[in-house]
Amino acid sequence: MNARVAANAGVGTNAGDSAIDVLLRVADLQVEFGARAVLRDVTFDLYAGETLGLVGESGSGKSTLARAILRLIRSSKGSVVWRGRDLLACEPAALRPLRRDLQIVFQDPLASLNPRMTVGETIAEPLRIFESALNAQARRDRVGGMLERVGLAADMIGRYPHEFSGGQCQRIGIARAMILGPKLLICDEPVSSLDVSIQGQIVNLLLDLQRDVGTAMLFISHNLAVIRHVSHRILVMYSGRLVEIAARDALFEMPAHPYTRALLAAVPAAPGAAEPIAGPLLRAEPAASPAGADFGCAFRDRCAYAVGICGTTLPPLEEVAAGHWVACHRSREFTASPPPPKD
Amino acid sequence: MAPILSIDDLTVSFSQPDRSISAVRQVSLAVAARECVAVVGESGSGKTQIFMAAMGLLEGNATAQGSVRFEGSEILGAQAPQLNRIRGSKLTMVFQDPMTSLTPHLKIGIQLAEVLVCHTGRSWSEARIAARRMLERVRVPDPARRLNQYPHELSGGLRQRVTIGMSLLCEPLLVIADEPTTALDVTVQAQIIDLLRAMREEVGMALVLISHDLGVVAGLADRILVMYAGRIVESADSAELFRDPRHPYTGALLKCIPTLSGPSLARLPTLPGQPPQPEDSLDGCAFAPRCPRAAERCRTERPLLREAGNAGDRGSNGIESGSSAIENGGARRVACHFPLSP
Amino acid sequence: MSGLLDDAVRRLRSNPGAMWAMFVVAGLVALALFGPWFNPNGSETLDWLHVASRPALQSAHWFGTDRLGRDLFARTLEGTRVSLAVGVVASAVSLAVGIGYGAVAGYVGGRTDHVMMRVIEILSGLPLIFFVIFLTVVFGRSEYLLFLAIGAVGWLTMARIVRGQTLSIRRREFIEAAVASGAGTARIIVKHVIPNVIGPVVVYATLTVPQIIMFESFLSFLGLGIQEPHASLGTLIAEGAGEMEAAPWILLVPGGFLAVLLLALNIFGDGLRDALDVKER
Repeated sequence: MNARVAANAGVGTNAGDSAIDVLLRVADLQVEFGARAVLRDVTFDLYAGETLGLVGESGSGKSTLARAILRLIRSSKGSVVWRGRDLLACEPAALRPLRRDLQIVFQDPLASLNPRMTVGETIAEPLRIFESALNAQARRDRVGGMLERVGLAADMIGRYPHEFSGGQCQRIGIARAMILGPKLLICDEPVSSLDVSIQGQIVNLLLDLQRDVGTAMLFISHNLAVIRHVSHRILVMYSGRLVEIAARDALFEMPAHPYTRALLAAVPAAPGAAEPIAGPLLRAEPAASPAGADFGCAFRDRCAYAVGICGTTLPPLEEVAAGHWVACHRSREFTASPPPPKD
Repeated sequence: MAPILSIDDLTVSFSQPDRSISAVRQVSLAVAARECVAVVGESGSGKTQIFMAAMGLLEGNATAQGSVRFEGSEILGAQAPQLNRIRGSKLTMVFQDPMTSLTPHLKIGIQLAEVLVCHTGRSWSEARIAARRMLERVRVPDPARRLNQYPHELSGGLRQRVTIGMSLLCEPLLVIADEPTTALDVTVQAQIIDLLRAMREEVGMALVLISHDLGVVAGLADRILVMYAGRIVESADSAELFRDPRHPYTGALLKCIPTLSGPSLARLPTLPGQPPQPEDSLDGCAFAPRCPRAAERCRTERPLLREAGNAGDRGSNGIESGSSAIENGGARRVACHFPLSP
Repeated sequence: MSGLLDDAVRRLRSNPGAMWAMFVVAGLVALALFGPWFNPNGSETLDWLHVASRPALQSAHWFGTDRLGRDLFARTLEGTRVSLAVGVVASAVSLAVGIGYGAVAGYVGGRTDHVMMRVIEILSGLPLIFFVIFLTVVFGRSEYLLFLAIGAVGWLTMARIVRGQTLSIRRREFIEAAVASGAGTARIIVKHVIPNVIGPVVVYATLTVPQIIMFESFLSFLGLGIQEPHASLGTLIAEGAGEMEAAPWILLVPGGFLAVLLLALNIFGDGLRDALDVKER
């Protein structure tokens, strides 16, 4: 991937750090559930301080990717190199100290908290594991400080998760993830289950924390508008594969993959908002279980632009412009000007 | 023209061992024939419970007071036999999650045909033919094969098409769609909204669309009711609501929706605090704690839903207007002491 | 936790059957513990003047005496004490062992789980009575044998239940969050798994007490457990069975106590399960 493009996309400016290093290098990652490959040939870089958006719908494998990176599920192939060390290859004992810098916020705020532990205990757990030298008072102070930092009152430290609303639970999850100041925060659909009026609060909180701590983020969502607000660069996934990688503006101004175009066209716009990019809607429904298309493009059944080669040869991820990668046989036509649809 | 569905002063409460919780408070609304009304609100607003009460689907510990009239006759509290004549045939419902609203162990064909057999007295073979025709109408590809499949063999979008088809089988007068696209992917969502639009034109039924997503209802609704904490706080024609929201909550909600245009990496506009849950007790206006325009009056005196005239008209006759919405051709209503000015 | 507990207590209070059962059990326990103070007769005193006498409130022996002239009331109370003790202690032990075993098997999974489950299956397959008889033949009759036999078996179902519960929460997000936070396996099992599976397990433990009492009574009835002069409800019933025609009260008194005790424990256990069966919001 292209560090210069990352710099152009604004990466590093948030953290005030001019050196762009690759924090995470994922290569050829593959995850199988039984005989089915739910994640395939996933290769990308993530730079220090940037927010990498990951957008895809159900069945795209985006949540699987998050868990595979953190080795919460087993991958069958590939490598995840974190600051020079392959997380997938190292011993579990060697992996644990690295977890300090790799944290995650989950989609369902209440489910990600242990119902039998107070929120104070939950937030303190990373401290107990990695800073066991702290005494109880110091720990309590740190936890209280973190609670306030995420917008809750420090005296809520003794309450249980079920006493809080969804948005508050998500703040608690964020407090737990950020208390050690991790270098990478993976957010797996952090606002999807929250009310619209709360989503902005949580997104703003994440942006603030990122700015203060300099954390890089992998922000996963199916909501393009939210992704647009937080990301420097964006990955688009479909059916277990990466289909497009681009800097944010490039993706929204000139989406090169037909699936990205369809996603943008599908975002319902309130009247009065700017017109979404026009494009043909999809042709058919996806199959109930997207079959791992071993040959040919998995999107061809729904693609309005599909031609013969799409059914026989898997389109490789190619760079069509600086830092802009697309996996589509006809992408060069699209980046020139949108072709008329086939039918 | 008399409204198909007319709800007056509906209050739905849930009794718990130590207290009673009101999810819906004194809601009045009306739906005319062929009209599409959207009821929009966040969690705790009570939007779903209104129609669960109308359909007689409330949970055991819930009590509903007020009046719900369908085609002129009272159905709130009606006995099951009377309700079953209209439920599923004239008054139908589409639920949020098609995975749980379709019976997992019965084939699609049987579930569809069952509706016709029960309500119209057709034979099973006739019903199957009608079911296949309905699948064609809702654009399910390869309908004959699908009839013999189980729900889990279909994708989410297809399942939702099936449930929509099921709701239209007996040519209903009113279909209530409870968050029909929330559980679906964005690309499929667009197709389902298109389908609902097409079905409205073909079948001509009235449609109630319950949603938390203003963007989804924009393309479909004629009229939008905004709910907060169990009450209607604003009611307006769809285009007017987006162009010119009067209630501060509506205005803030519209601003909160992240869009594909505008500056990014800036802070998203938000509403502080969170929506009140039904168990919270409320004095004055429920929105006051979060409202940037709140004054002392807002905290003590609950604003009534009344017509919003032009700027400067603070309409203080204080009479709640309910189903007279129809007669006034969808007049603007706001429940606010200090509504936004146009 | 406080909120959930209050909820459960409230639900329990509104269940009249369970509350009655609880009072009955409490009453029997109190009687068993403190009854002897109100009874001038010792359980081992032989009253030759009143051998096999009928129960009568005016007499010195309210519930009558047995074939050797021992006061039946005192004997029954002692039997109740012993049965309760065995039931509670054995339940507690099987709870402790079963929880640890089941949580580890369920969480660690893989080959460890496989091996651990095979062990359970083998032990479950043991014909229990033969096992006890075998032990009796080898080691002679002793009360410790009783505990051993019950202990060998009591934890098996508990372990299975805990393992099942563990499997169902293993994939929950807060467990993933704990792993992602760097928690080790031991910490996760102790702090995250066990506190969350304990609910149904405690209820099951409550229902295990009557089961164990029944089992012990059965073994003692067969002569394999508690020895003379100690009594358990089982041995008393065995004695009584022999005197059924001539002195039925010798059977009916301990039998009645056992029946009431088991019934009350079962009803209370059911009520407890209903009260604790909260869908965690």
